[in-house]
Amino acid sequence: MEAKCPVCESPVQLPDDVMPGELVECPSCGATLEVYEQDGVFLLKEAEEIGEDWGE
Amino acid sequence: MRVAVVYERMRPEERQIIEAIREMGHEAVPYHLNSSPLSFEGEYELDVVIIRAISSTRAQVTASLFEGLGVRVVNSSRVLSTCGNKVMTTSALVKAGVPTPRTKLAFNLEGALKAAESLGYPVVVKPINGSWGRLVSLAEDEEELRTIIEHREAIPSPYYRVHYIQEYVRKPGRDLRVYATEERVVAAIYRVSDHWITNTARGGRAEPAEITEEIEDISVKAVRAVGGGFLGIDLVESEEGLKVLELNGVTEFKNASRVTGVDIARELVRYALGGF
Repeated sequence: MEAKCPVCESPVQLPDDVMPGELVECPSCGATLEVYEQDGVFLLKEAEEIGEDWGE
Repeated sequence: MRVAVVYERMRPEERQIIEAIREMGHEAVPYHLNSSPLSFEGEYELDVVIIRAISSTRAQVTASLFEGLGVRVVNSSRVLSTCGNKVMTTSALVKAGVPTPRTKLAFNLEGALKAAESLGYPVVVKPINGSWGRLVSLAEDEEELRTIIEHREAIPSPYYRVHYIQEYVRKPGRDLRVYATEERVVAAIYRVSDHWITNTARGGRAEPAEITEEIEDISVKAVRAVGGGFLGIDLVESEEGLKVLELNGVTEFKNASRVTGVDIARELVRYALGGF
């Protein structure tokens, strides 16, 4: 499975058992990306930075 | 049963929870919050929702949405709100008579200095909605406290105008993280660190801890004080016995499961399905 890096537009390979919410690193530009799903298709967006109210 | 898992990041914990639901013969329904919206008109046909959002705000609002649809939610929005705010947590603990370090609230520098003076230095200043031990500060004396308060008041958020000031409990290089419900303790670990902040997210090392009667007693009382649930409780060993530092409503447990051998994900699912 392949998706496109939203930062540098390079192809990024996704594992077969990928799930939305996983983080992957773009092998080309090094951006940290979050997998999300839209209408059954896996896409990538830049991962959110850690928010003030994140964590435990 | 159809068991939803509401989450943002697919961490080892979320994977383990989804696997546990499937292994126990139920249907896992993952809801990734960055993939699709949730609706108050939603006909989700769920039996239970397990909230796993890392953002405490998103955790509370998603719990509230599913509660509106009449679904059992673990943990509930009320419990998540109480655990997500240190003032509300302390309030609930004090009301229930559960031991917790002496704490004062101040609303400006002068108040903070007075509060610290009456507690005695060193004191700890904590964000009221903070997590992972971030921005928790130790003031050894008045000069350090002045600097900390000045920095806090420069942060443009009303939360930092409330100064939660706590006695510093001298702990023996470790504290305890306990996983418990309102009925029993599931697992306990020591978090060992040379640093006074022992969160494993901050480099603290996890070691298994024996579940003593004192640990069982204070942990169950603490969970009941905030309204029940499947919670992570931070305890500190003081000269007067164990005290509760905080409770966590969306608890991380991969290190605790690894060192104790307890399948905490499975215990959480069991609790969510109605078993205590």
